[in-house]
Amino acid sequence: MSSVAIKVEDLSKLYALGQIGTGTISRDLERWWASVRGKEDPFAKIGQANDRTVKSDSNFVWSLQDINFEVQKGDVLGIIGRNGAGKSTLLKVLSKITSPTKGRISVDGRIASLLEVGTGFHPEMTGKENIFLNGSILGMRRQEIQRKLDEIVDFAGVAAYLDTPVKRYSSGMYVRLAFAVAAFLEPEILVVDEVLAVGDAEFQKKCIGRMKDVSVNEGRTVLFVSHNMAAVKSLCTKGIVLKNGRLDFSGTQLEAVKHYQSAQSASASFIHEGSIEEAPGNQHIKLLRFRAMPLMGETITISSGLKFEVEFLNLKEDINLDVTFELVNMDEVVVFHHGKIVTENKDSKRGNYLVSGQLPPQFLNAGTYRFNLIFGENQRFGLWWKSDVVMFEVENEIFGTNSKILPGVVRPDIIYSINRP
Amino acid sequence: MAWTEIIEPKKKLFDLKLKEAWYYRDLLFLWVKRDFTATYKQTILGPAWIFLQPLLMTLMFTLVFGRFANLSTDGLPKILFYLAGVTIWNYFSESFTKTATVFKDNANLFGKVYFPRIIMPLSIVTSNLVRFIIQFSLFIGFIVYYKYIGNNQVMPNAMVWITPFLLLIMAGFALGAGMIISSMTTKYRDLAFLLTFGVQLLMYATPVIYPVNALPEKYRVYVLANPIAPVVETFRYAYLGTGAFSWTSLMYSFTAMVVILFVGVVIFNRVEKNFMDTV
Repeated sequence: MSSVAIKVEDLSKLYALGQIGTGTISRDLERWWASVRGKEDPFAKIGQANDRTVKSDSNFVWSLQDINFEVQKGDVLGIIGRNGAGKSTLLKVLSKITSPTKGRISVDGRIASLLEVGTGFHPEMTGKENIFLNGSILGMRRQEIQRKLDEIVDFAGVAAYLDTPVKRYSSGMYVRLAFAVAAFLEPEILVVDEVLAVGDAEFQKKCIGRMKDVSVNEGRTVLFVSHNMAAVKSLCTKGIVLKNGRLDFSGTQLEAVKHYQSAQSASASFIHEGSIEEAPGNQHIKLLRFRAMPLMGETITISSGLKFEVEFLNLKEDINLDVTFELVNMDEVVVFHHGKIVTENKDSKRGNYLVSGQLPPQFLNAGTYRFNLIFGENQRFGLWWKSDVVMFEVENEIFGTNSKILPGVVRPDIIYSINRP
Repeated sequence: MAWTEIIEPKKKLFDLKLKEAWYYRDLLFLWVKRDFTATYKQTILGPAWIFLQPLLMTLMFTLVFGRFANLSTDGLPKILFYLAGVTIWNYFSESFTKTATVFKDNANLFGKVYFPRIIMPLSIVTSNLVRFIIQFSLFIGFIVYYKYIGNNQVMPNAMVWITPFLLLIMAGFALGAGMIISSMTTKYRDLAFLLTFGVQLLMYATPVIYPVNALPEKYRVYVLANPIAPVVETFRYAYLGTGAFSWTSLMYSFTAMVVILFVGVVIFNRVEKNFMDTV
């Protein structure tokens, strides 16, 4: 039997940008006056689509706009999109943390959401007390938690520390305990944020296994928001892509990932359009273009290698101009910080320069990366820098029989030799 | 299709969601427990503070208002007079100030998970009720002591049986007013600054450190217009035997409480669904 678990109709959410508080009383009055006369909200009218790259002249932004989709019972829906596409807002609305501005969501079944693990944990309380506290916050009844206590403790592997305040736990134990409680929630519909990105590799495996159990064996509906394309591909059955607050695509998880990645490759580049004066930069440097692309093939994968190139306008003459590329992964780890002196003998000229670099295949691990750019003089003095110039995804590739993303900052192709001396 | 739940922008004006709150009742008690564990962990005296706090306050009042300023205590032993006022007043003021910052204090939690928000203020009122009962037993101890040493001014009477009713009024005020303030502080932060000052002021407007009977006739009306005043006076009258008690003013308190609680719930309901967007 297949029936609808969640039906989302014309869902929209308006957010106010900037400082809230100054002039709010007068605006509130104005808004109230408009509603009294039966008119539309005067501040909602000027709201625009949520596109961060375009500076909006309105103080209100549609974080979600006219979203429509349905989730069948037993489906595992992956929700993907760039940062700021509205994924978190959608989750918050689904979790009833904030209410929509327009539209409606009809739900059939008990819904529980996991936007964070360990919500409400109190450091002074013991592991056991926190299991009960956290479980209750997530909507479990006392008897239910009592019944599952052994399983939870077992899953987390903290049996020996059950009566110790969690502030004495190692951070790994803390996270394991927190996730264990969440893993034994039994709602009909589960909404999960990217909480899987915690804990050690073995534990991650356990968690993903548990998620699969929940959907496959127990037939529950799961909504899963993630940046991890490999996880979406392997866990989900359906997928939707959000873009600037609108529903960009809806289909199977494979189609959705593909759609997202083809759209994504465009965002792996930065191109300044318009006059030179308006280009990002300062009196020394104007950034014109930046691109990250695969060395081989269509998409950036572990084995495609990476090529990156920057074009900029230099306005400072007669110096040893240098440019440094800094690659940062999603955990804010700097993968490398590496630069090149562009002009050696203090002979920099006014005009455009194009600098490109290459990373060999089998170097970067799968994941989302950002480039920071630093321009300087003689690799000593900074002229101008910009963070998050582009963002791109390195797609995962199966390693042996393991389809999960392997832990580690890099994933080199190591040459082994085996001897029996 | 029978939906079990519909998420929509508009909600009913007055909706306590009691059924849902009932489902989460375990959470309420766990929070009460957490409150005690968290407050008194890593303090040397631990839960003894529950006794010490009203005692120290009473001692201070006895010295400053009783001895130095020589304010009337209606002929009652000073310690008992102030302790009575402090015990019932503390229940209100602690519940009120905690409820008034409930959105601000729990913004992180409220931003991550849904549960009927009303559970939080309710748990505050409940955990303060436990505290009240402990402090109340201290107060009873003092009454017994004074009776034992043969003080005949102290006359507990049948009115003690309405104590639960008095507590209900106080809890209602604390909840209602607290929810109004906390809802408004999510938008207008200025109110947070006024809060401590306001509670202090309200204490002086309530006959905690002076008896209504000691006031000149023409001012009594104003003090009794404060709906909390009759509760404090009745409490003192019930346990100590003196005080300005009348059913009329007590009913006035009750009515005012119902109105404030109603307004509080309406505003709280309006704010809870969107406050995450503004904090």
